[in-house]
Amino acid sequence: MGLGGFFTGKLDEAIGWARKYSIFQYPFVTACCGMEYMATACSHYDVDRFGAGRPRFSPRQADVLFVVGTISHKLAPVLKRVYDQMCEPKWVVAFGVCTCTGGFYDNYATVMGIDTIIPVDVYIPGCPPRPESVIDGLMKLQEKIAAGAQRY
Amino acid sequence: MDGQAILLRLTSTFGPGIVETHDHHGDHTAVVERSAILEAFRFCRDDPDLRFNVLMDLTAVDYLTYPGREFGLRFEVVYHLYSLPHNHRVRLKVRVEEDDARVPSAVGLWPIANWFEREVWDMFGIRFDGHPDLRRLLMYEEFQGHPLRKDYPVNKRQPLIGPKT
Repeated sequence: MGLGGFFTGKLDEAIGWARKYSIFQYPFVTACCGMEYMATACSHYDVDRFGAGRPRFSPRQADVLFVVGTISHKLAPVLKRVYDQMCEPKWVVAFGVCTCTGGFYDNYATVMGIDTIIPVDVYIPGCPPRPESVIDGLMKLQEKIAAGAQRY
Repeated sequence: MDGQAILLRLTSTFGPGIVETHDHHGDHTAVVERSAILEAFRFCRDDPDLRFNVLMDLTAVDYLTYPGREFGLRFEVVYHLYSLPHNHRVRLKVRVEEDDARVPSAVGLWPIANWFEREVWDMFGIRFDGHPDLRRLLMYEEFQGHPLRKDYPVNKRQPLIGPKT
């Protein structure tokens, strides 16, 4: 910027840019997908590059709810409550086919996709998904956050 | 002790209390009358030659649609016993009718039976007389019916929250 120049931009974009690199996640881990989540979170794949290296084990401190693994009907009220406890703005990632659609557990015990209970922003399919697809989903979530997509 | 000898021991002790025995593929099994099952358990646990001090597993089978057994007693409760001192095993079975699906509880003999029996009650609806706290173990209290029964509709869903169909 030279003398008398202007720097223009929207405040929303600046906030979106800041939020996209400070994803405090709450891992709601219930099943085998958790292993892949841990592999992704560890140093080899290093989600800290995306500002998502800090899992918070309290929903009140988290921005993104990672639902990792099969959700049974017995657990559904717990998941809903954790979601309700999170401060806004908040986002939800469905990690693995069980959370996306119920996967192959079409039975009396399993919720057929967590989007029947809570809103979902990004679906990561796979059984379990490779860390690459998790990172792909994380980047899609970043785009969504930067664009200002959020629920109040 | 040899499995065959265990079965022989049981039949000679309980006589008509033992409905039948078999040793299919080396799985030595005795089907016991319900009235004799508690005595058979106590004998298996306390007899110095048997000493089955571990209840490895307790489960049930629903024979509602099983070919050849549609008209017999519907449920079979299966007990897998293991002896640590003697390193031998035996399986005991009790057959019960649907209208009278109750079995004496084994909690007094093997405390591990507590949760096993709660699971069998939850999944099959078989009651265990004398159980200290017979509640559902895996499903929630609001759940209607017993999901592993063969006549439980395979498409029936009972969610606590969310869409009901």
